[in-house]
Amino acid sequence: MKKEDLPQDPGALEKFTREVCYVKNADGKYETALSRGWEVKKQALDSAWDDVNERIEDARKAVANGEKSPIYYFMELRLMDLSVLSGYTGFFPFFIKRHLKPSVFKGLSDRKLEKYAGAFDVALQELKNFKG
Amino acid sequence: MNIDSHTDEFRHVQTAHCENGVTTALLRYHGLDFMTEPLAFGMGSGLFYIQIPFLTVNNGPAISFRTMPGAIFKRTCNALNVDVTRKKFSNVASAEAFLDKKVQEGVPVACQVGVFHLTYFPKEYRFHFNAHNLIVFGQEDNNYLISDPVMEDVTTLSKSDLSRVRFAQGPLAPKGHIYFPERVKPVTDDMIRKGIVKGIRRNVRDMLKIPGNFAGVDGIRHTAGHIRKWRDKLGLKKASLYLGQIVRMQEEIGTGGGGFRFLYGAFLEEASAYMQDDRLSVVSEDFTKAGDMWRASAIKMAGVYKGRLTEQKDFDEIADMLVDIRLVEKEAFQKLSRMSLGK
Repeated sequence: MKKEDLPQDPGALEKFTREVCYVKNADGKYETALSRGWEVKKQALDSAWDDVNERIEDARKAVANGEKSPIYYFMELRLMDLSVLSGYTGFFPFFIKRHLKPSVFKGLSDRKLEKYAGAFDVALQELKNFKG
Repeated sequence: MNIDSHTDEFRHVQTAHCENGVTTALLRYHGLDFMTEPLAFGMGSGLFYIQIPFLTVNNGPAISFRTMPGAIFKRTCNALNVDVTRKKFSNVASAEAFLDKKVQEGVPVACQVGVFHLTYFPKEYRFHFNAHNLIVFGQEDNNYLISDPVMEDVTTLSKSDLSRVRFAQGPLAPKGHIYFPERVKPVTDDMIRKGIVKGIRRNVRDMLKIPGNFAGVDGIRHTAGHIRKWRDKLGLKKASLYLGQIVRMQEEIGTGGGGFRFLYGAFLEEASAYMQDDRLSVVSEDFTKAGDMWRASAIKMAGVYKGRLTEQKDFDEIADMLVDIRLVEKEAFQKLSRMSLGK
């Protein structure tokens, strides 16, 4: 990539930093240059977030319809999967899968729910009372 | 924010990739002023390609354009005969105590962190990725001074924020991982040259000789084969998300552009000066070409996830582009493999 071809498209890194790229200068030698971003990858990031937001919305509906417990919604909201949530709570994925059922969720002790609330960064009451 | 003038000893270095940056900045701090990001990357045999089978990351294919986390620092220090100290911790308190001790001694140290709770990152970049690296180089008003190599300026983190990212959970959980060069002995030009040759040979081995079809240059063809099937198998929407994931792994902050290929080209150019061997700068051009081809493929993939390209023939064309890239990289590494570099 030639130095003059380095894209400078504003993106999510705006106000945060510019990034180092390796480009060819006029003498055909490598040097570093700072880029504000590139439209092509900005759109890749945007479409990934569109997908995330869609998943969160689907999770919200699933909780509202009584198909899933609030843990499922907050797991999607915090971009977690079973292995990440398992790391933060200390519960094995097998048990987390059970806790995603509304019927099992209802019977969970506050002590267990505290662990989930901590992992999701929400208050215990917010987790318990989330209706979708 | 401009607080880097507070310390005379440690100098922040901005680099494309965090691990290269940590390696470069810490070795320079210990007096190895010749160290640059491309040199660290090349000596550490950083270039790679792999599509990890059966694994999805953030609901997309698990693809990496570089070697495994931690390897670049380890190999580069090894080549230069630098003793390294590493520690992981089972609890937060002892991890904090050890860091505080090092900060009081005035020793800059590297920490592995997760980015999901990294407060100074923009929200859009905060996924559960646990192999980010930063340097802690001091303390001020109860905040740690942080040199994050991908950023233009230094920044700060509170004690609780730093502990939180040091104990991020999930795949590659850092467990408070802290590491730093312990003793640095004088380095001769001959050692640098040996390190360069070793780095190149190991990279040739990784890219050409690795068993299996999903890693090294053959891994690129493996992904090409998958791309041909994605549209039918996953549907257009999911297939476009998968292509978007490839572009992000290839071009996002930290790669220097073109999936680290430009960075490797820059390394070979530097290596050619150290070795006084023009053949290396000729091969450097091949990697520049590969990087440009990767970027061209990204533009084509963007056509799909923007919804402009929707036909199977577009997926086939993208796959063909990857097959061509494989050929360029394979020939470049074969040239390196045939060269007798003498050490």
